Amino acid sequence: MTQPIKFYQTGTFTVGNRLLPEGQRSVQSSEARDNSLNSGHRACQGCGEALGARYVVDAAMRATDGQLIAANATGCLEVFSTPYPETSWQLPWLHSLFGNAAAVGSGIAAALKVKALKAGQGQATTRVIAQGGDGGTTDIGFGCLSGMFERNDDVLYICYDNEGYMNTGVQRSSATPPAARTATTQPLGPEPGAEFGKGKNVPLIAVAHEIPYVATATVADLHDLEAKVEKAMRLHGARYLHVFVPCPLGWGAASCDTIRLARLARETGLFPVFEAENGEITSVTKIRRPVPVDEYLRLQKRFAHLFGAGGHPETIARIQAMADKNIKRFGLLAEESAA
Amino acid sequence: MIKQTEGSQAVAEAVALCRPEVICAYPISPQTHIVEGLGALVKAGDLAPCEFLNVESEFAAMSVAIGSSAAGARTYTATASQGLLFMVEAVYNASGLGLPIVMTVANRAIGAPINIWNDHSDSMSQRDCGWIQLFAESNQEALDLHIQAFKLAEEMSMPVMVCMDGFILTHAYEQVDMPDQAQVDAFLPPYEPRQVLDPAEPVSIGAMVGPEAFMEVRYLAHAKQTMALDRIPEIAAEFKEAFGRDAGGLVRGYRIEDAETIVVALGSVVGTLEETIDTMRAEGVKIGVLSIRCFRPFPMAAVRAALARTARVVVLEKSFAVGLGGIVSTDVRLAMVRIHVRGYTVVAGLGGRPITQDSLLRVLRLAVADELKNLTFLDLDWDIVNRHLAREAATRRSGPIAENLLRDIGSGARPTTAGKAQP
Ligand SMILES: Cc1ncc(C[n+]2csc(CCOP(=O)(O)OP(=O)(O)O)c2C)c(N)n1
Ligand code: SF4
Ligand SMILES: [Mg+2]
Repeated sequence: MTQPIKFYQTGTFTVGNRLLPEGQRSVQSSEARDNSLNSGHRACQGCGEALGARYVVDAAMRATDGQLIAANATGCLEVFSTPYPETSWQLPWLHSLFGNAAAVGSGIAAALKVKALKAGQGQATTRVIAQGGDGGTTDIGFGCLSGMFERNDDVLYICYDNEGYMNTGVQRSSATPPAARTATTQPLGPEPGAEFGKGKNVPLIAVAHEIPYVATATVADLHDLEAKVEKAMRLHGARYLHVFVPCPLGWGAASCDTIRLARLARETGLFPVFEAENGEITSVTKIRRPVPVDEYLRLQKRFAHLFGAGGHPETIARIQAMADKNIKRFGLLAEESAA
Repeated sequence: MIKQTEGSQAVAEAVALCRPEVICAYPISPQTHIVEGLGALVKAGDLAPCEFLNVESEFAAMSVAIGSSAAGARTYTATASQGLLFMVEAVYNASGLGLPIVMTVANRAIGAPINIWNDHSDSMSQRDCGWIQLFAESNQEALDLHIQAFKLAEEMSMPVMVCMDGFILTHAYEQVDMPDQAQVDAFLPPYEPRQVLDPAEPVSIGAMVGPEAFMEVRYLAHAKQTMALDRIPEIAAEFKEAFGRDAGGLVRGYRIEDAETIVVALGSVVGTLEETIDTMRAEGVKIGVLSIRCFRPFPMAAVRAALARTARVVVLEKSFAVGLGGIVSTDVRLAMVRIHVRGYTVVAGLGGRPITQDSLLRVLRLAVADELKNLTFLDLDWDIVNRHLAREAATRRSGPIAENLLRDIGSGARPTTAGKAQP
C-alpha cells in the first residue's frame, strides 16, 4: 500500500524555500534587496532583533516601493544601528526618545498626509513605520502606542520582543516571562526569577483596540513575517506587529540557537502566532508537533535555575500549564495532532 | 482688522494665519481656549490641508510635533504648567534635534499645591532647554509674537516658546488689530526645512553622539541662540515695517533714559508697572521699567546697556528658585557685573496672587529709599507662614502644609482670579 507523502507546510507561510516556486522564495542576500538595515551594525552575533528588523523593514520597503520612513525608539536596535558617523539605515530614519516612537510615527504620518493633500493626492504615497523593543512598547511607550491605535493613525508599529530591557543590561520588562532570570529578577528566594501572574499581553491589548490589523510572528518563520508586513502595508490606519526575537546575550543562549528558540517558542505554545483584523482573530499558525516547554527552557541560561539538582520541576509544570492554556485559548493544535 | 476678542482666540487666529500644517494638543488650563479655537478652524476646513491631532498626553503632543516637524510640516502646539513638565523629555529632544516647532505656554504655576493661576514657574523651569523664549506684554503682542515666532524658528531651525500670562492675557477680552492673510503671507515665507525625512534623500536623524562631538553639538545650539540675538530685533523691525506695530525684540524700556531706579520685569505685569511708574514720576521719582521680551537667548548686552547708567535695579519676577531667590534676577545680575548698582529682587504674583499698584508703590518706594530687603516677597502673609513654622517646631506630625495654611486662613483659597478652577 502506498502512503501519501505529507507536506505539512504547504498552504502556510512556514514552508521552507526549497518547497516553493522560485518567485516565492525569500531572498537572504542579494544586491536587489533593499538592505534597509545594512551590514556593519554592532548587534551581537545571532541577534534576533537585527534579523527581525532586517526582514520587516525590507518587506515594508518592497511593499511601498521604497517610499517609507521609520521612527525608532531607544534600545538595542537604535544603538547598534547608528554608531555615527556610521548608520545602517538606508531609509529616512528618526530616533527621538525611548517612549515616544508611536507618537513620532503619528506626527510623521500627519505631515505626510498634509503634504499629499497639498500635492493634490488623496492619500500619502510615503508610508510610516515605528519600531521599538518590548520595553519601549509594552512599558514606557505604552501610552503613546495606545493613543496611536485609538486615533487609528496610519502607522505600522513593530515591537521586537526579546522579553527584557536588553540595551541597559537585561532587566525585567512587562514582557519578561515568569521564572526568567534578569538583572532585576534574580534566581533567588523561594520563587526565583520573574514572578508568575505579572506582565501583559500587548498583542491582545492591541486587538482590543479594534485596529485594522494585529499580528504576531517570530524570526523562525521569515516568510510568514514578510507576508504579514506586506499585508499590513496594504492596509491603512493603525497596525501592530509583535515579533518574537530571541536575544542570545540576554537569554544566555547560543548564537546559533536563535531560530531554533523562536521556533520552539511557537511550537511549545508559549508564543502564539496569530492575526487579527478589526478586533477579531482571523488566523492562527497551528502547531504541527507540540513540544514540551522544557525543550525550549533548557537551551537558555535565564532558566537554568529550574533544572538539575535543586531545580524547580513544579515551576516548569506551571510554565507548561501556561503553554497549554495558550494552545487551548488560540486553538493552536492542528487537527491531526489534536487527536 | 480691529476687533474685540479673547486673548486665546486672538492667538488661535494668528496661528491660523501662519498656515500651520500639523497641530497637536492636550487640554490644560489656561491654554485650552487656544487649541479649541484652532480645532474649530481645522474642523470647519478653514485651514485645509491641516491635521489636528487630539493626543493622549503632552508628552505625545510634543512627540507628534517632533515627527511632523522632522517630516517637513509647520507644526504648532500649546501647553502650560503641569503639561509643560509632562513633556519635558520631548521638549529637550525637539531643540536638540533642531526642529522649528512653535509652542504657546500659557504661563501657570506648578504644583504641588496644584494651582491653575498665573506665574512664570513653568517657562522658567525650561529656560535652559534650548528653546527660544519670548514673553508677551499684551494680547496684541502675543498674537504678533506668534507670527514672528514661526519666521524666527524656521530661519534658525530652532523651536520657539511664546509665553503669555495665563488668564491675565489668555482669558482677557481686549481690542486687537488682527492682520489679514495677505499681510502674513508676505511676512512669513513657506517652511523650507534644513533637514527632512525624505525617501528621495534618506538621512538618519537622532543618532547617538559620544564625548567626541556632544560638546560641539551643544555649543552650536548656543551659537545659534547667539545669532538669534541679532535676528530677533531685525525680525521685530521687519514686523514693524510690515504691520506698523512695535512687538517683540529683545527688551523695551519705558522712561528709563534718566532713571535712577529701573524695574525689570517680564510679561503682562509690565503694563501695571508702567502706570505705577507714571505715578511715581509725578511725585518726582526718577524711575523706569525695562521689559525683557526675549528671555532665551538672554539679551545680556541689551540689558547691560539699559542698566548701565542707573543707580538701582529692582527685578520683579513671577518665578522663584527655592533655596536661592530670583531666577530672572540671577541672569540680570550677570548682566550687571562690574556696573556699580544696587540690586533687589521682588518675587511677586506666585500662583496668581494679584500684583496691585498699591503694593508695587509700597515696595518701590522702599527700594528708592534703599530700605528694601534684597529678597522680598510681595504681599507675603507672614502671619500664616510663622504660624506654620511654629506648628512644625511644636509637633512632629504637623500635617500637610497647604491644607494647614488654608485652615489657618479659615475660608479656603484666597479669591484671586474670577472663575471656577478647571485643573
Ligand atoms: C526615559 C528613559 N528611561 C530609560 C532609558 C534607558 N534605556 C534605554 S534603552 C533601554 C532598554 C530598552 O529595552 P527594550 O525597549 O526592550 O529594547 P531592547 O534593548 O531590549 O531591544 C532603557 C531602559 C532611556 N533611554 N530613556
Ligand atoms: S543584547 Fe540582545 S537584542 Fe541587543 S544586540 Fe545583543 S542580541 Fe541583540
Ligand atoms: Mg527588549
